[in-house]
Amino acid sequence: MRAPSRPLRSTSVRRRTAVVGFTCALAVAAAGCAESQRGEGGGEGGSLTFGAAGAPDLFDPFYASDGETFRVTRQIMEGLVGFKEGTADVEPELAERWEHSPDGKTWTFHLRQGVKFHDGTDFNGEAVCKNFERWYDQTGAGQNNALSYYWIENFGGFSDGAKPSLYASCESPDATTATVHLTRATSKFPDLLGLPSFSMQSPTAMERYKANDVRAVGDSFAYPEYASAHPTGTGPFKFASYDSGNAAIRLERNDEYWGEKAKLNDLTFRIIPDETTRKQELESGGIDAYDFPNAADLKALRDAGNKVEVRDPFNIMYLGITQKNNPALRDLRVRQALAHAVDRENLVKANLPEGAEVAKEFYPDTVDGYADDVQQYPHDPARAKQLLAEAGASDLTLNFYWPAEVTRPYMPDPQGIFNALAEDLREAGITVNAVSKPWNGGYIDDVDNARADVFLLGWTGDYNTPDNFIGTFFGTPDNRFYTAASPWGEQLATELRTADAEPDDARREALYQEVNRKLLSDYLPAVPLSHSPPAIVVSERVQGLVPSPLTAEEFAGVSVTG
Amino acid sequence: MLRYTIRRLAQLVLVVFVLSMLLFGWLRMLPGGPVSALLGDRATPEARAQLESQLGLDQPIWVQYGKFLLRAFTGDFGTSTGVERGAPALEVFLTRFPATIELSLFALLLAVAVGIPLGYLAARRRGGWWDNISITWSLVGVAVPVFFLAFLLKFVFAVQLGVLPASGRQDTGIQATHVTGFYILDGLLTREWDASWNAFVHLILPAIALSTIPFAVIFRITRAAVLDVLDEDYVRTARAKGLSAMVIRGRHVLHNAMLPVVTTIGLQTGALLAGAVLTERVFNIAGIGQAVAVGFERKDFPVLQVVILAAAMVYVLVNLLVDLSYALIDPRLRAR
Repeated sequence: MRAPSRPLRSTSVRRRTAVVGFTCALAVAAAGCAESQRGEGGGEGGSLTFGAAGAPDLFDPFYASDGETFRVTRQIMEGLVGFKEGTADVEPELAERWEHSPDGKTWTFHLRQGVKFHDGTDFNGEAVCKNFERWYDQTGAGQNNALSYYWIENFGGFSDGAKPSLYASCESPDATTATVHLTRATSKFPDLLGLPSFSMQSPTAMERYKANDVRAVGDSFAYPEYASAHPTGTGPFKFASYDSGNAAIRLERNDEYWGEKAKLNDLTFRIIPDETTRKQELESGGIDAYDFPNAADLKALRDAGNKVEVRDPFNIMYLGITQKNNPALRDLRVRQALAHAVDRENLVKANLPEGAEVAKEFYPDTVDGYADDVQQYPHDPARAKQLLAEAGASDLTLNFYWPAEVTRPYMPDPQGIFNALAEDLREAGITVNAVSKPWNGGYIDDVDNARADVFLLGWTGDYNTPDNFIGTFFGTPDNRFYTAASPWGEQLATELRTADAEPDDARREALYQEVNRKLLSDYLPAVPLSHSPPAIVVSERVQGLVPSPLTAEEFAGVSVTG
Repeated sequence: MLRYTIRRLAQLVLVVFVLSMLLFGWLRMLPGGPVSALLGDRATPEARAQLESQLGLDQPIWVQYGKFLLRAFTGDFGTSTGVERGAPALEVFLTRFPATIELSLFALLLAVAVGIPLGYLAARRRGGWWDNISITWSLVGVAVPVFFLAFLLKFVFAVQLGVLPASGRQDTGIQATHVTGFYILDGLLTREWDASWNAFVHLILPAIALSTIPFAVIFRITRAAVLDVLDEDYVRTARAKGLSAMVIRGRHVLHNAMLPVVTTIGLQTGALLAGAVLTERVFNIAGIGQAVAVGFERKDFPVLQVVILAAAMVYVLVNLLVDLSYALIDPRLRAR
């Protein structure tokens, strides 16, 4: 009995010492907490902590298409062109000015002088061309839509020539000039260069950290060190660290910035996926601002002294129509009946946040080519019934898809919106089969593969051109709308291409107005519903945050008091 | 003892293998998938097909599983597609696991430190007011959902009173040095006492919320076990022998009552891991619970596979340790 009891005793003694040691350490820690604010207050501008709704995919915006990545890289990097603060209009950024040849195919950018990347290397014409060549020369996994989405969407193919590309070549006759050659004229240029994906990044840093080394590994992608730890641009903030264990991204002021230096010393993005938690962190002072507030909280947030900035709406929510499965939907009168059946005024009032508007066309009136005289579809169930009867579709049954487990900036409450619209359709005598699936759990799958009859979806504009909206929707006839089933599907796609390729501003504007008129009167491939403004919340301590319709807020001019 | 341990470890391998197969198939049977998650509402049919073939998702599932298994043997469990895109799934697990361990361990310590003494006291004063209050309390502990309590605690102590942080593991302004990923330990190692303290303060509310269920269970089992032991002959004999009350309580009552309690603690690891999913969500702690939640939302198969398999392994291992610890508590079992 003695033998086993001795080691047992000794362990318990050792354990006690460990406990005492730990308690001491805690006591010391307690004493040290008085000076826990170390590393702060070093500069006049202070620190701002922003509550982001999700983790960025990576920090190389070229391979990204998610808003949380762009929110961060936008502070670190700049493009040749930028967007005027608070608008979706293009202004010079790293290019001071530019001109194009009469055929719209050759663009000469005159670059800002004395600009340096964060690694100390010069920004010049050569760097611009190296960026363009990097994008164009992507191979293998780099050509995947999940990575190079914005390049493929805007420029098309790559240097391997498998698909035609908008981009032809780039040359730099001197350090302050870069000339970009295109294969055709397009209304998107140079606006699209303001997209975060086309930010100018340091060629030296990209080479050192193997920025192009993306690979398909197993059933996903692996990114190089550059994308996770060394993003290098010219912007007012520099990348400092990403602490994934603590879900925080830290940026520091770039003291060598070419323009007006950032007021903030440092800028931290804390990733807080839950909306209630973001709100509570703002209330308890843990963060200074956050995005995607719940529309129901706006009043309480204002009452508590916070500023709720409502952005100008730059999105569209539509009732999508798939013409593939239900032949009745290929009849214009049936689609018009749907448009008359839905009560959009009521939808905007009852289901959407303040500042929301009824959509008459497929993009907001701030975008070029908006026509004031398109056909209107007022709420009129009787007229809807009559149109259905004329089309011989009085017993119409529709599979109506709506997404669960998601909110989108244009669709804050999918279920509420679905309920309202389904009720409207029933009122017009249509039988509605509700089909609900989680966003990533089958909804996008089914809608994209044209399995729905009608569905809820929308779009937030990337930049201020009509092509970014209607070109994306209706430029491919065999997509989720399946306009290929109608004789005009291909024609509409051609009209969109023609309008986009028109280099003359006035003529292009007229072409797009014509397309918009026909979209609403002759084609009606979907029913535009609403434009909803996404809000952003800042505490009263924060000054100078200008809300952007593109949700592209810049933090260089922001300061925090107290 | 050694043979027993080896046999149990062999079982573990089998459990993980079977689970990996079921998990692999089941995840891929769910609607949606990584392709929708990666491409989102901007996908075209063409892009989807391209991505599916690039990621090998168009191959038969047993081929995919075979490839997964081959890579897994080399330590490659794939790359995250949603939780932390591009990071190796194993790394995502390893950076997040300390957060969950820290939280669970803390909650368990709290449950044990409060549950065992209370259970013992309640049994000693059976039927008294103390017993009644404790029992009611433990019932409330089991009945109140973890996430509700978490919200309540957060609302009162973080939002209303502002005495404790509302979410996260550490203030971002502290810029602590991380060595092990266990934030409290890191601060002690690097002598950044404030960092340790700050991490500790962040743990208080989530740990309390998470500890309620294990607390209630441990309390009840301790109480019942002590009651049982108090009626045993050997306790009466010990009393008759004239042993001091201290010796009887320590060596005879508590020691013998510990066996079921230790089993319970082992079984509670599962409950703790499950509760951590909710607690981490409410308190925004980047642990494996959150990784699972986000992983499901974004159909991040590699991360889900690693995390769920690892959680199963931890569960099995903890219960093995519990079984082994019986030997320490009860010498009779050592002989077998």
